[in-house]
Amino acid sequence: MSDQFKVGSKVRITNAYPPGHIRTPFFLRGKEGLIIRHFGKYPNPERLAYGLNGLPKLNLYQVLFDMETTWRGDGSFAAKDTLTADIYETWLELV
Amino acid sequence: MKNRLISDIGGLPEGPLDLSEHEPTMTERRIDAMMMLLRAKPRSFWASDENRRTIESLEPETYKKAEYYEKWVLAMKELLIEKAILTEAEIESKLKEVRSRMEPS
Amino acid sequence: MTENSGPHGGHDHSHNDFQPDIKEPTENWEFLEIALRELLVDKGVLSAREIQDEIEAWEKKSPEKGAEIVAKAWVDEEFKVRLLEDANQTIREFGIEVEVLKMVALENTPELHHVVVCTLCSCYPRPILGVPPLWYKSKQYRSRVIREPRAVLQEFGTKLSDDTEIRVVDSTADCRYLVIPTRPVGTEKMTETELAKLITRDSMIGTAQARDPIGKRS
Repeated sequence: MSDQFKVGSKVRITNAYPPGHIRTPFFLRGKEGLIIRHFGKYPNPERLAYGLNGLPKLNLYQVLFDMETTWRGDGSFAAKDTLTADIYETWLELV
Repeated sequence: MKNRLISDIGGLPEGPLDLSEHEPTMTERRIDAMMMLLRAKPRSFWASDENRRTIESLEPETYKKAEYYEKWVLAMKELLIEKAILTEAEIESKLKEVRSRMEPS
Repeated sequence: MTENSGPHGGHDHSHNDFQPDIKEPTENWEFLEIALRELLVDKGVLSAREIQDEIEAWEKKSPEKGAEIVAKAWVDEEFKVRLLEDANQTIREFGIEVEVLKMVALENTPELHHVVVCTLCSCYPRPILGVPPLWYKSKQYRSRVIREPRAVLQEFGTKLSDDTEIRVVDSTADCRYLVIPTRPVGTEKMTETELAKLITRDSMIGTAQARDPIGKRS
């Protein structure tokens, strides 16, 4: 299951708003981006936050987003500008 | 309901930056040092994510007003109680003693 | 902040501005720090010596360390490639051991300029840059730079061409980012030690460029 994402995969951040400690920024939920780097596997922070061991480890990816689309043109950026966030596999869906 | 953590603020409207430099006070340095020691090996009392979760769970009014290291020391207190390293009663009683010792009467 | 703000310097500063370290605690949380520390020391959970050592260890971590690493990356292509590929392994050569966290170096070029932020808390590459500045932890920076990078960089006096892609890197997880700023022109003959002086903390966060060398011909 963890092999479904690769560098170059187009992904959507899950459009969900669960309670509890989360490391996926609110502004990215439901947004589309591109995986540009795979960092390996890391303990799940949503479990670590409650004193659990964070296992199983999750694949962590750097995902690139276009500023223009992410903010629907509302911000201070140039056409080429981008942003990235580091997202665990459980928050990603293939587009 | 769309839950949004109080600390998750990317993209919200805010005013200009204050770029002045600040030399950390001794209180701030000690809070930082204690936090690192309690979290690091060999103690590993809690993970940094537990720290974050505790800070995010402070009363919203407290969270908004508190300074940076004030949030840290409040979280440290909660986690020390949660992990049964200290009790709330002994912290309160120590706090009284410290105040009566240090505050000008 | 005025430059000459000594004890008798500016008129608009209160006495407290100059002595933050020796003032008596007045806030609840300052008393709480004392109470927790005394309890932890009394119970043998921590020792006063350890706390002092930790403070001293922290003071040794400063942007100068990062500047040494970046200066080497500027002059040594092979080192830079290794740093970009595996920063944890490569910074060991500078005596910096980082476990758990993944250190990641990002190279700025005339085409691509990285700026680092943590919109969720205040993650910062402390092993390399020391303690973050207050503005890095402020809600103003954390809210705005991800959406208004050009306006925010302007507040730092940093202006980039629209042809340069600004990439705001939100360190939302286990990675801690170090920016390798673009090497200024006119520095070809400078030594690594001289170059390191051009590499500021802010240039390694990405809110500024490296300093221009003094006496540079334009």
